[in-house]
Amino acid sequence: MGKILISNHIRKLRFNHDEMTQQQLAEKAGVTRQTIVALEQGKYSPSLELAFRIALVFNLSLDEIFFIENKEEII
Amino acid sequence: MSYQEKKSIMSLIGSLLVFGLYSLYVFQKHPFGSVESTDIFSFWGAFILILIPVSIVAKIIITIVFNIIFRITTNEKEPSFSDELDKLIELKATKNSHYVFTLGFLLAMGSLVVDMPHSAMFIILILTGLMSEMVGVITQLYLYRKGV
Repeated sequence: MGKILISNHIRKLRFNHDEMTQQQLAEKAGVTRQTIVALEQGKYSPSLELAFRIALVFNLSLDEIFFIENKEEII
Repeated sequence: MSYQEKKSIMSLIGSLLVFGLYSLYVFQKHPFGSVESTDIFSFWGAFILILIPVSIVAKIIITIVFNIIFRITTNEKEPSFSDELDKLIELKATKNSHYVFTLGFLLAMGSLVVDMPHSAMFIILILTGLMSEMVGVITQLYLYRKGV
């Protein structure tokens, strides 16, 4: 089975939320700025807990923030 | 380059520098071959036992100096905690580091089996210790750059 590539809309959502900085999001989600950078660059798939924390910050559901990039290859 | 990447590079240089300078100091005082064969165990025992606190103190100093330089040059504060990404990377780095040390330990034991001098066993152990530390830091650097 191929690896699931998880991508996200975090950069866009930050921009839409009063141009929230990476540092501000990091502080609200309880992680370091480096982790937000890694998430935005697709270098890291967050834990379920962190994904929910980010969803709470933006007041959205998980699937509105995170999505599978290679869905066709997996199914 | 992020704080963690810079810190990894600094740690790598620091480890090599401390080990190099310490070895230079010790082997200038006691050149190879000058240690009596009966004193070999106490010599290498002391070498390792002194190296550990020396490298701990040196690393603390290097970290403090690095953090000060980082704050001055970037106007940014260093992260005060490790989050899940840091812990995951640290875990993977420690795993690789342990693999290298285990391999070195087996080689060191192998050197005793094939009747190599006792010093060879200690040299292999010490170099493996340094190598395993370097592998750990390089793994961290690689994972911070490439991603997990």
